[in-house]
Amino acid sequence: MRVVRVSPHRSEGESIPLIMWTVVLALLPAFAVGLYVFGWRAAYVTVLSAASCVGWEALIQKLRGVRVTVADGSAVVSGVLLAFVLPASVSWYVPVVGAFVAMGIAKQAFGGLGANFFNPALVARVFLQFAFPSQVNMPEWPIVAPQVTGLARLAKSVAPGSPDAVTSATPLAVLKANPGAAWEAIPGSQPFGPPLAWLLPAGAAWAVFALLVAFAAAGIYLEATRGKRLAAVAGVGALLLFGVVPTGDISFGLVPGCIGETSAWALLLGGLALVYYRCINWRLPLAYIVTVAVLASVLPTRAGDGSLVVGFSFERTLVHVFGGGLFLGAFFMITDMVTSPLTSKGQVAFGVIAGVMAALIRLYAGYPEGVCYSILLANATRPLVDRLTMPTVFGSRRRAAPARPAG
Amino acid sequence: MPNLLRFHGGVHPHDDEKPRTRGLPIETAAAPATAVLPLLQHIGAPSKPVVKKGDQVLRGQAVAEAGGFVSVPVHSPVSGKVADVGKCLHPLGMSVDAVVIENDGRDASVPGFGEPVDASSLDAKAIRDRIRDAGICGMGGAGFPTHVKLSPPADKPVDTLVVNGAECEPALSADHRLMLEHAEGVASGVRLLQRALARDGRLPKTFLAVEENKPDAAAAMRSACSKLSVDCEVVELPVRYPQGAEKQLIYALTGRKVPPQSERGLPMDVSVVVQNVGTAFAVHEALERGKPLVERVLTVAGDAVGRAANVRARIGTPIAELLAARDVSPGPTRLVLGGPMMGLAQFTDELPVMKTTSGVLVERREEEEPDRFGPCIRCARCVEACPMQLVPTRLSVLAEAGLFDAMAEWGVVDCIECGCCAYVCPARRPIVHQVKLGKWMLGQAQKKAAAAAAAKGGAS
Repeated sequence: MRVVRVSPHRSEGESIPLIMWTVVLALLPAFAVGLYVFGWRAAYVTVLSAASCVGWEALIQKLRGVRVTVADGSAVVSGVLLAFVLPASVSWYVPVVGAFVAMGIAKQAFGGLGANFFNPALVARVFLQFAFPSQVNMPEWPIVAPQVTGLARLAKSVAPGSPDAVTSATPLAVLKANPGAAWEAIPGSQPFGPPLAWLLPAGAAWAVFALLVAFAAAGIYLEATRGKRLAAVAGVGALLLFGVVPTGDISFGLVPGCIGETSAWALLLGGLALVYYRCINWRLPLAYIVTVAVLASVLPTRAGDGSLVVGFSFERTLVHVFGGGLFLGAFFMITDMVTSPLTSKGQVAFGVIAGVMAALIRLYAGYPEGVCYSILLANATRPLVDRLTMPTVFGSRRRAAPARPAG
Repeated sequence: MPNLLRFHGGVHPHDDEKPRTRGLPIETAAAPATAVLPLLQHIGAPSKPVVKKGDQVLRGQAVAEAGGFVSVPVHSPVSGKVADVGKCLHPLGMSVDAVVIENDGRDASVPGFGEPVDASSLDAKAIRDRIRDAGICGMGGAGFPTHVKLSPPADKPVDTLVVNGAECEPALSADHRLMLEHAEGVASGVRLLQRALARDGRLPKTFLAVEENKPDAAAAMRSACSKLSVDCEVVELPVRYPQGAEKQLIYALTGRKVPPQSERGLPMDVSVVVQNVGTAFAVHEALERGKPLVERVLTVAGDAVGRAANVRARIGTPIAELLAARDVSPGPTRLVLGGPMMGLAQFTDELPVMKTTSGVLVERREEEEPDRFGPCIRCARCVEACPMQLVPTRLSVLAEAGLFDAMAEWGVVDCIECGCCAYVCPARRPIVHQVKLGKWMLGQAQKKAAAAAAAKGGAS
């Protein structure tokens, strides 16, 4: 018996479930930190949200009469991401309603996986922000009291009124209220300095830092010339994790905020894994984070007394980069394949557009955090970015796309 | 050493077979009891039979003549009686004219077959004529008549000859073994090709390209070229599929970009001619050994083949006979003519080895469920992998929707069907299938439009 197929007769072996479940695994470090910071309710909200997304998608696919594809993991990814942009203190119906918006309105109404224009988790987050403002958009956010340490934290609840919870403003909200605030006034800002500076005496720390820079440069060179992706990811990863990201609670994640957004360190770890497994393109997070970092440090802001703060502020940049949801957005939201551009050029442009939006919202609009809206606004520009960055056919001057937009 | 350039995209297909086949010396396959010779083994006009049923033919005797300028004759690989002048199946799925010869086992050959000939006095035109008369066409897979490639029009002078020994397809080692075992024959063929392309007595700049995974073949070719004083630079290219694709190869070596198919681009538009190493060897055999193209080297491999081999098989040997000696395991398999990336899967082994058959693969396959592929998730891996810098995802989605006219606007005709996109696709979308369908539908629509225009013209 002969099995006949059109070429190629080989496949790289990748599959949609493999990609999606890899993303779920890459979210685990951030989940672990969320569990530590916010107690058991972090797991409760996350599992409820993921299960609701799977349930709603299966139900809607049944009603639509199409194949039920929840096993591909995409609904779980959306569900976990939705929980990660919610506080751990929300009531049970908040993630359930959010999951319906994500799966029913943002995803299935557009035709399901691959056809949606906007990131489902973020659409749901915006919906919930308006539907349940007192639960989702609070002035003060709870975490499990810092006095509780170790595994005991897992048994504590951050539900409203719980005796174990302490509430405070998020680092970005503090900065928003007082843009001229000193670094020491930002919650979670101590101890300061990357792990290297913390672990080693200054001289040795600088020497190791120089070594890490050389290691990262060698890795990038090997990737460019020999395709050794592991060398590049390991080199750059070691440099970022030990030599750049500060150690303070602000980047470890022991600050108020949403379940999955507080730990830049854990998110970077997961993000690097995704870059290595090629589930995401490194250009998107790089363009996004760099744009926010540059704009946040150079754009003028107003201080608490109304006077204009002009000039470079390194401390403000640190809070903007490590103090909010930027890393969650940069490695897990803006990188959503379905809603980001196809070409490398387009991906860089897309990251910059989202970065500009995030910086403008954070600095000049009403919200302290701008990651969610910045990515949704960038999603809206995606078809245009795609059209303007289509590749040129090899050997021709013609674009590999029609001159006018096609359906 | 030229400054090697990196073409866009490409993939590194995993390859269990090449390590297995590259060490296997070329063996000679048994002559077939019956040779089936399709009269369309090349690109162009079919050959016209010059024998009829019952005729006695000799080994090396022409049984069909060229059917036009872009055409070549076909020769008998065995001696015997013409059993039939009829039809046979073609790997592309259609039925074509064929001459069938019953082997009498005597191998009585035409005079001079296999005997050394001095070709040093031939001029360019004589070399081209003899190449055509020997029935030689591109042996890398496409099968374009060689003498046509060697006859560039006056306004497209050729200054560079590229001899393609990249063999970037996984599994195949036939070109590798040929360069290793017949380096001098290949080098001698290269010199004949150079002379056929000489302008005002100046030979074209010549590169022989191999991938880095064949250092032994590169060394063998270097020493053969220096021994025979053939002015040819052997270049080792990085291993990356499709390094051996004409346009990508020319770019890597010379930095020149051949315009795509939609602009009717040919290598000679950038003053380059590309010939496969197998073709160079066939030219040597024809002009210096008196052997027209009646046999070729090919790789028999695949995980269902117990005894993989590189074989010198007579053209016209039925695949079934070729496989009979190779210990093929039973069960559902995929039979592929060519390499794993671009080869054509066949439903039957009642097909002959042709001039363009570079490999025969038999791979185990479960009885697969009917095509079930996922939706495009816009992961952009195909866009990154496409060496023609097209947007395969778009072509795939448009084909699925039946929007074939729109596929034309997205450059479907420029696709070289290398398969990189489908190889990397996590949704396992049959992109090459969809591209082929799109091209065919567009061709049908064009034919219809032409017929309608002709009918209208006739009426007025």
